[in-house]
Amino acid sequence: MAKFLLRRLANYVLLVFVATSFAYVLAATSLDARTYFESQTPRPDPAAVEMILTERNLNDNDPLAERYVRWLGGVVTGDLGLTVQGTSVNDDVQRRIGVTLRLIVLGAVIGSVSGVAIGAYAAVKQYKIFDRVSTVTAFVLLSIPTVVLAVILQIGAVMINDLLGMRLLLYSGEYSAGLQADWWGTLVDRLQHLILPTLSLALGQLAAYMRYQRNMMLDVLDADFVRTAMAKGLTRRVAMRRHALRTALIPVVTYFAFTFGVLMAGAIFTETIFAWHGMGELLVHSIAGNDINSVVAVAGFSAVCVLLAALASDVAYAWLDPRVRVS
Amino acid sequence: MTQQAELLVDDQEKGPESEFETPGRWRTVWRQLLKSRQAMIGLAVLAVLFLMAYIGPLISPWEFGEPDFTAFYQPPSPEHWWGTTQTGQDIFTSTMVGLQKSLIIGLLVAVVSTTVAAVVGAFAGYLLGLTDKALMWVTDLLLVLPTFVILSILAPRLDSGSWLIFVVLLSAFLWMVTAKMVRGMAISLKEREYVLAARYMGLPAWKIIFRHIIPNMSSLLIVDATINVVAAILAETSLSYFGFGIQPPDVSLGSLIAAGTRPAPTHPWTFWFAAVLLIVTVLAVNLVGDGLRDALDPRAKARRRKRRRPAPAAAAGPVRPAAGTGRVQGTSEKAAGKAP
Repeated sequence: MAKFLLRRLANYVLLVFVATSFAYVLAATSLDARTYFESQTPRPDPAAVEMILTERNLNDNDPLAERYVRWLGGVVTGDLGLTVQGTSVNDDVQRRIGVTLRLIVLGAVIGSVSGVAIGAYAAVKQYKIFDRVSTVTAFVLLSIPTVVLAVILQIGAVMINDLLGMRLLLYSGEYSAGLQADWWGTLVDRLQHLILPTLSLALGQLAAYMRYQRNMMLDVLDADFVRTAMAKGLTRRVAMRRHALRTALIPVVTYFAFTFGVLMAGAIFTETIFAWHGMGELLVHSIAGNDINSVVAVAGFSAVCVLLAALASDVAYAWLDPRVRVS
Repeated sequence: MTQQAELLVDDQEKGPESEFETPGRWRTVWRQLLKSRQAMIGLAVLAVLFLMAYIGPLISPWEFGEPDFTAFYQPPSPEHWWGTTQTGQDIFTSTMVGLQKSLIIGLLVAVVSTTVAAVVGAFAGYLLGLTDKALMWVTDLLLVLPTFVILSILAPRLDSGSWLIFVVLLSAFLWMVTAKMVRGMAISLKEREYVLAARYMGLPAWKIIFRHIIPNMSSLLIVDATINVVAAILAETSLSYFGFGIQPPDVSLGSLIAAGTRPAPTHPWTFWFAAVLLIVTVLAVNLVGDGLRDALDPRAKARRRKRRRPAPAAAAGPVRPAAGTGRVQGTSEKAAGKAP
């Protein structure tokens, strides 16, 4: 099994390298860092601009290969390069990476766990009220793009706050600036900010997992091994959980890696709409600001995340399916 | 390869069906679809949406892009059916024009990306070997690339009005999952008698692929095309929200929603009409897609009905959870897994 995982890991590392290099070449050829200096008043001396651009490895007059090698050399030693303004991309990333990770990890965990649970339960209760309600809900949720869902949640929060006459749900930023409170007050404040962005990410995931898990579960409910499990004396509940659910989870686990990429893209919207200063917001700003190295840093970050998710689903797959472990 | 031999292959294909007096496959599918309530609702809603999108701007008293300087941020009224924006644009007219664009983009992207997927997947699965390795590596790579990053770098750089190139860009990142499924099916179709017969007659590989492999996967392709419609519409909305999608003067539901977000809490009509139309559109396509899947894939329907009316034991078959995960997956959740 270790060999299987190692081989997958090597393949993933290669894919991350190629994907990030591709993003670099694309960003370096289509974004023009010069515009940052052209918009300054007074207009800086062209010769000086050339020098600064070259120094920050953003000059489009330098050969692409040369810039790429210089950038790669930096990345290998842990230096992601400089922004257009001349600050280090590393600082930006360090500040923002935790914000985004908190959002996507929570979104992925809440979405997948509750989606799988609801989907499995709906399958067991096929055609009962719970199944019908959850299926319709999932169908509607799946038809709402994250952007629209986030905005709807925001509007809903405004209405709820007005109704209650207090600021229960906060929808701007990650925490209240200048909040004077003890440990408990800070935690509550963070949670108030966290709920809506996490929900807007988790709901879409939840719906997808719910539908998928329900289908998979229905496939195995009537299988011989479930009947055997009950025949040998297990209660229906235990047979469902240990045998049916476990088998039905295998394809869902492979699905995890697929949806993680969607989650990453979703984080871009949620962060921008809820004004969280994370990697997604960095991406939007850096594309607008022609900030090549930052764009590539975000692209690399999301590639690494997707591949970590893929690796995680490989591990889970191997854990669930003995055939993988044996071969 | 002689013409007679080709004709013979054609005859063989038609042979079994003309022997028995059974209704054709597509008529059966159509009948199944007519029986499915959800698919019919979906189709009806889609038809209404198309009519609205194309007739709406004609019957509206306002031209698209024509500002009314006497009405800024007006709520819906007999004059402006769905209200006006900050600059006095009639929301009904612009929403209808946006709906047109969104529907066309969805359809075009679905057709283009499904075609690419069919060709790539069929060639990889039929030829196997080096071709397969190379094509699948490209597919994997595109799956890994941060689609949203690439689209958002490239899209704003397109000239205004070149939304067709945007369609190509979107399609370029939506075909991979379908291609992988097509490849899997092509591998199994390759061993079927009619394909073997065609091969022993000396038909070149590309002819077998286009004449025998791809047509025999039409049900999978049609269902996947509906998934791609949804994925494309959702992707377009997301990109347009940041101004990375359709560029002005073109508008789409996505760019209208984006424009309406800021004033939404105080002037709700700027946001809700476009948002609800978008959700209804996607929902309708999802309904049609699920209905189509049931009509085309009897296994899927058997599974749904299974618990109510137990199917014969033989029909249930062995359970192989890891195999063919793609086929049993519902349309809508897969779209959710696809849209960037």
